Amino acid sequence: MTENSTATVWHEVASPFCGIASDDLTIQVSGNNIKVLENGDAVTRPGFETPISDLQPRIQGKEVTLDQAVSHIADLLINSKQPLIAGLGTDLNGARSAMALADKSGATIDSFYSPAAFRNILVLQDTGYMTTTLTEVRNRVDLLLVVGTDVESTFPRFFERMIWNKESMFGQDIESREVIYLGKKPSGDASTSPKGKKAQVIGCDNADLPEVVSVLRALLKGKPVQAEAVAGVAVSELQTLADRLMAAKYSVVTWSAGQLDFDHAEATIQNVCELIKEINATTRSNGLPLGGKEGDTTVNAVASWQSGYPMRTTFNRRFPDYDPFLNDGRRILAEGESDVVIWVSSFNTTVTPPKTSATTIVLGRSGMQFETEPEVYIPVGVPGIDHEGRTFRTDSVVSVPLRKLRDSGLPSVFEVLSAVEQAL
Amino acid sequence: MLLKLTGGRIFDPAHDQNDVVRDIYIRDGRIVEKPTDGRVDEEIDVRGKVIMAGAIDMHTHIGGGKVNIARTMLPEDHAQAVYERTELLRSGTGHAAPSTLTTGYRYAEMGYTAGFEPAVLPINARQAHMEMHDTPIIDKGGYVMLGSDDFLLRMMAANSDQEAINNYVAWTINHAQAVGLKVVNPGGISAFKFNQRKLDLDEKNDFYGVTPRDILHRLSTAVKEIGVPHPLHVHGCNLGVPGNMQTTLDTIQGAEGLPMHLTHIQFHSYGTEGDFKFSSGAAEIAEAINKHKNITVDVGQILFGQTVTASGDNMRQFAGAPHAHPNKWVCMDIECEAGCGVVPFKYKDQSYVNALQWMIGLETFLMVDDPWRIFLTTDHPNGAPFTSYPHLIKLLMDKSFRNDMLSTLHPEAQKATHLASLDREYSLYEIAIMTRAGAAKLVGLADRGHLGIGAAADITVYTDNSDREKMFEKPDYVFKDGEMVVRQGQVIKITWGTTHVVKPEYDVSIEKPLQEYFDKFHTLKMSNFKISNDEIVDDGRGSLTIQPLHKGGRL
Ligand SMILES: [Zn+2]
Repeated sequence: MTENSTATVWHEVASPFCGIASDDLTIQVSGNNIKVLENGDAVTRPGFETPISDLQPRIQGKEVTLDQAVSHIADLLINSKQPLIAGLGTDLNGARSAMALADKSGATIDSFYSPAAFRNILVLQDTGYMTTTLTEVRNRVDLLLVVGTDVESTFPRFFERMIWNKESMFGQDIESREVIYLGKKPSGDASTSPKGKKAQVIGCDNADLPEVVSVLRALLKGKPVQAEAVAGVAVSELQTLADRLMAAKYSVVTWSAGQLDFDHAEATIQNVCELIKEINATTRSNGLPLGGKEGDTTVNAVASWQSGYPMRTTFNRRFPDYDPFLNDGRRILAEGESDVVIWVSSFNTTVTPPKTSATTIVLGRSGMQFETEPEVYIPVGVPGIDHEGRTFRTDSVVSVPLRKLRDSGLPSVFEVLSAVEQAL
Repeated sequence: MLLKLTGGRIFDPAHDQNDVVRDIYIRDGRIVEKPTDGRVDEEIDVRGKVIMAGAIDMHTHIGGGKVNIARTMLPEDHAQAVYERTELLRSGTGHAAPSTLTTGYRYAEMGYTAGFEPAVLPINARQAHMEMHDTPIIDKGGYVMLGSDDFLLRMMAANSDQEAINNYVAWTINHAQAVGLKVVNPGGISAFKFNQRKLDLDEKNDFYGVTPRDILHRLSTAVKEIGVPHPLHVHGCNLGVPGNMQTTLDTIQGAEGLPMHLTHIQFHSYGTEGDFKFSSGAAEIAEAINKHKNITVDVGQILFGQTVTASGDNMRQFAGAPHAHPNKWVCMDIECEAGCGVVPFKYKDQSYVNALQWMIGLETFLMVDDPWRIFLTTDHPNGAPFTSYPHLIKLLMDKSFRNDMLSTLHPEAQKATHLASLDREYSLYEIAIMTRAGAAKLVGLADRGHLGIGAAADITVYTDNSDREKMFEKPDYVFKDGEMVVRQGQVIKITWGTTHVVKPEYDVSIEKPLQEYFDKFHTLKMSNFKISNDEIVDDGRGSLTIQPLHKGGRL
């Protein structure tokens, strides 16, 4: 940290706004204004730079004190038949306090990011997988297969940091790394090598991936495939891909479940994970699920260690009760099964609660706009900007410390939810 | 506030007190002298009761990435063991992979007041501490894992001097907030990333040309020279492989007198005799342990039933994955530093191999002479969940119970063991050594595991009962830092234990190559890798206890 008269500059700042949690950002803070000076991108810049607008909690649109808001939330919870704690864009301690409150109030808990996260979690709970982490990829990958995902649109620095880094620990010629897209093609040139080698694209609609992946797996297992093409992809092209996966020393297969937005995508992810296991009979290969931004990985991790289950768990019978379908927060709100929802979104002003008949309480990032004013709105601080915190990366192994960059006076989710729990 | 425990039968091996009737006085969380004026504020009559220090589990997987993968992967494990919320306790779940809150409550209810996570990856240490922070009542700590990390292997390949390696080890222990150093399948986890599928003690890592023997030597030397009390904690090569007893014997030989702790020795004591090409090596291993006073072991006893194996040893976990029950598993390569593998498993009493594993563990317990050098573990949850400790204690203390159990197992396995002829029954004093005094000494906890003046008042009070399982599963009282936290086997008060660490000195010059390494190869900055003291204190209920280094620690 260096200081001058007008602004403070922070180095090696970690970003919670993207699942790869790059921690090499340089950030300038003057008053409540933040500017990413170095290593920003299309995701982290708005993440850090969105200005503060409101500082005061509101009940039915009228400004109140934090204490008044907290005791009103407690009253609503006490009188609720079935509360839901959702959204859950928060950090470690925010997740802890949400779990404690869910346990005490008999709430159901689910995250805004669950529809994507559960495409992977269901695979973990059914057959498991072999995966790797970002530093391994950076140093070892020789073949990257991207399944159905435009990586750079949601992880702008993935290629710069993990694939086209200057040097590998094991003396690999970085330029020799191969990138192959299966499914949609990339939206930009991030996957193009430093010397201009473009990624190969084996194009198909994402909706056709189940079939294409099944054929790829069959070919990897040496099973005969009668057809000459599948969903417009020549089987010979898939055979070449299979051969390259088998010949690679350390292939990495990546996907972002958030972009595999078709029915039963988990079955295709499972097929991908199983074919990775099968490749490992003779050589090394690993999956790399990309996701985990804005507390997504964190809330699932904390829920698992505190209750045994990830998101989509209810405490309405006084013990953790997991059901990935019944406890889907979107379903609960759509069916009107919850009468009070606490919506937590401390990173992102655009992640607002869905339209619902439930009484809505929002712990949101300052500046959040609503179509319908919620019953209670508390502008909260952003972890890693307004208060310290910790967040997990997409690989669910590495967590990074988040720093307090400014003194906005906004409370943390942890402070608010802990106060609510105390007031119950 | 002065509390007096009156008239208990004291089992305090650290002070050679074997069933000595004396009073204990407690003030401000510590055991104190009898007050000169004789005034006490509260007295509890414990005449006839068995009093020991709180038990210490020196090897239990209670926090960190692989444990949490196990939790998330196994909803069916939790549905079998559901704990409702009470006025006092948070709800929870889990038999083999319990939630953190449940873990703390169950340990305390059995009279345990500390547990040590033995496989803390440096890069995942932050998470391990977060989970342990959410584990109530008991004290905790971790052994940080090196040995397949590329930084060490690069140093070794470059023939760095021992001083530099000592610096690196001390730096890692400091910044991962650890109390000891662990090595898992030395170099093997790295070798697996280069597609090697096994690595014997003298086999070279394909890329680095370094052998497990070299790694063990370098790391055990480092631990000794930097003065960390806990000897290098070794999960050896070839876990679970028939015939691995030879590797284990070679490892003991190869320690060359340096302190070394061989963990879950049961999984490393297999021969290849008999029709099944799988036999007990316990006798030879026990003999070697008895002879080499520098060696300590914990057993990693298996007990029958469903559990989950969670290990840093992804090379061996991958090999074991076809045995997954239920059929799902995870293996990971992690950050050019380590790996992990999570494989659920069911031990069956009618399986020859599982029955023999059970026997090998018990044979080891009974044939190692010195209870100060052998420790009671199931390698929770790998051999069995920690909640089975009272049952295991009964197996050790009650020969007829043991032999009754034995007679129900796979008949061919029964023929392959001399277990029935082993008459030894552990005494209460020996149990107190294994689970208290010895464990505290091994981990390097100066103020725990004993009942002397100045010790932390972690105390367990039992009613003597010839059914040792009943006795040990439900103590009358448990005191944690002087506060009664359990009465009649029920948690009555929630406290938050401390995190034990050591802080060996290092020369800060090590940060120059480390900084370069992080910047060039890593995806995390060195500054963000380090775990601050504040992170351990966390929301205010955590605390850090720095344990003393051994004299002779130097740098
Ligand atoms: Zn272990």
